[in-house]
Amino acid sequence: MAAVSKQPPGELDQLDPNFGGDALTLKPESYLSMVWRRFRRHKLAMAGLCFLILMYFVAVFAPYIATQSYRHTDPPNRLQPPSGEHWMGTDHIGRDLFSRVIWGSQISLSVGFVAAGVAVVLGTVIGAVAGYFGGVIDNLLMRFTEIVMSFPTFFLLITIVSIVERSIFNIMLVIGFTSWPGLARMVRGQFLSLREQEFVLAARALGGSNARIIFRHILPNAMAPVIVSATLRIGGAILTESGLSFLGLGVQEPFPSWGNIINGGRTFLRQAPWICAFPGIFIFLTVLSFNYVGDGLRDALDPRLKD
Amino acid sequence: MLNYVIRRLLQMIPLLIGISIINFGIMHLAPGDPVLLLTERNAPPEEVARIRALYGLDDPIYVQYFHWLKQILKGDFGRSFVDGRPVIDHIMDRLPYTLYLNFIVMIIIYALAIPVGNISALRQYSWFDHVVTFFAFLGQALPSFWFALMLIYAVGIKSDWLPIAGVGTIGVTLKRHGLWTVLVDRAKHLILPVTVISLGSMAGITRYMRSSMLEVIRQDYIRTARAKGLPEKVVIRKHALKNAMLPIVTLFGMELPILFSGSVIIETIFSWPGLGLLSIRAVFQRDYMIVMALNMIGAFLMVLGNFLSDILYVLVDPRIKYL
Repeated sequence: MAAVSKQPPGELDQLDPNFGGDALTLKPESYLSMVWRRFRRHKLAMAGLCFLILMYFVAVFAPYIATQSYRHTDPPNRLQPPSGEHWMGTDHIGRDLFSRVIWGSQISLSVGFVAAGVAVVLGTVIGAVAGYFGGVIDNLLMRFTEIVMSFPTFFLLITIVSIVERSIFNIMLVIGFTSWPGLARMVRGQFLSLREQEFVLAARALGGSNARIIFRHILPNAMAPVIVSATLRIGGAILTESGLSFLGLGVQEPFPSWGNIINGGRTFLRQAPWICAFPGIFIFLTVLSFNYVGDGLRDALDPRLKD
Repeated sequence: MLNYVIRRLLQMIPLLIGISIINFGIMHLAPGDPVLLLTERNAPPEEVARIRALYGLDDPIYVQYFHWLKQILKGDFGRSFVDGRPVIDHIMDRLPYTLYLNFIVMIIIYALAIPVGNISALRQYSWFDHVVTFFAFLGQALPSFWFALMLIYAVGIKSDWLPIAGVGTIGVTLKRHGLWTVLVDRAKHLILPVTVISLGSMAGITRYMRSSMLEVIRQDYIRTARAKGLPEKVVIRKHALKNAMLPIVTLFGMELPILFSGSVIIETIFSWPGLGLLSIRAVFQRDYMIVMALNMIGAFLMVLGNFLSDILYVLVDPRIKYL
């Protein structure tokens, strides 16, 4: 499908510029613009995308948006309800919650992004190598995948987190290391069917190395489900991180993440419910957006679904 | 069939060995000497050495591994580093509570998800389907701990409707208050945790049921059933439903590890004295014997669950030939 876009524009569509725009269009539509056109029709996915762009903007410009530093304490003004001065109120040592939630977006979003990235790279490489080479390599890699899959994910996660130093970077890695097996299996399945096709044979006949065939020829054709799963995984990783941080096993104070702000507010749920309420809304909307964007991408990228 | 079962069982052995090696490996990468947990801070070196020998911690690592493996094959998971009680006793104390909670959740989830998923599929793109899809997305994106805290605030703190922690009110006993009071008290304690867990895990099964049903009603044999003039009710109930339920049946196998593993987060929030709470306490106290046992049992049940769902699949679906 990607090959279609490389065709040079024909003569005909230069003759009559008004001719394009319907089913008879002669100028071939590029793959990306087709995906984008189909994605735009999914209203909730578009809404999700807008929200995520806004959130990333907030995260990048957090130092300018937050009204205070995330570690600025003001004990006399502790547990203040939301007001004009403190939009989301203050926590038990008088830190401005709005600022902490904004700074927290930086941490929560990057943990989600990097953790999903680690999982996608690991899952794709392991799945691709297993599916491409088959035989003993496939057998070994898939047994290993099954072993990792057999552990109850959250148990395994808290086990590893309990023995490593709980830095933000380690949290990212651990979430990534525990969430790649599903993806590896999926990529392997794709490779098993793609490697039998003629273009792989052609590439091999032309003397392409294994690495080149895997990454330049087959992988681009297997990318659609990987992109969808990567999108969903970012949301999943944000949820996992918030769960870990809520248990006190994730991002550590004084660094704010949405999960550990809620953990800090738990003791004060009775007097100051806003401490828990606001970060949760952000987690919820962000994860929901990722899920809708993933759903929209799934529909837009699926070649079997025609317009 | 017997051949298939035996082959499938044999496949589990290398998997379980791999799991045990990784599990053991992770625990031995752990920093911090467990012996220091077991001894007094100022214990003399001889005492430390004695304890080390007692737990076999001075053997080479592969000797320790085989020793540990031999023990767990006998069902002995060692003793807690913290209080010296056998790990299996700790687990048996907590297991009933986790099973009790998860069993009720499981019944509720399936009782709701199966009909809802079916109706959703049969009336694809109706308002009902849209509402169900919306709630499925909601349930998957909602952080369970946040939802739990908000519920606790709304019905447990703001208005005193429901108890927010524990399995039952302390002091409410069969002897003193009679069966009915105890049952009502237990049920009230269940409402919040069950609601939170169900909302989170119903989404997946509902979507699964829906897509399975959608797949089936597009099949030729459904068209045939309709073409020969059968009433729609019969087509759905006799021809479609049976086939659409096949993938769901295999999910029951996967319920086995879920029943056991419980929810760390939910049990923590609602102070539910199950395995989730045990695991988080063990993790914080670095009680590696308990952590290792829970991981091992959890993984074993996952492998067993996979096995059961494969067998179930072959049993319920005559189209599948066991090779």
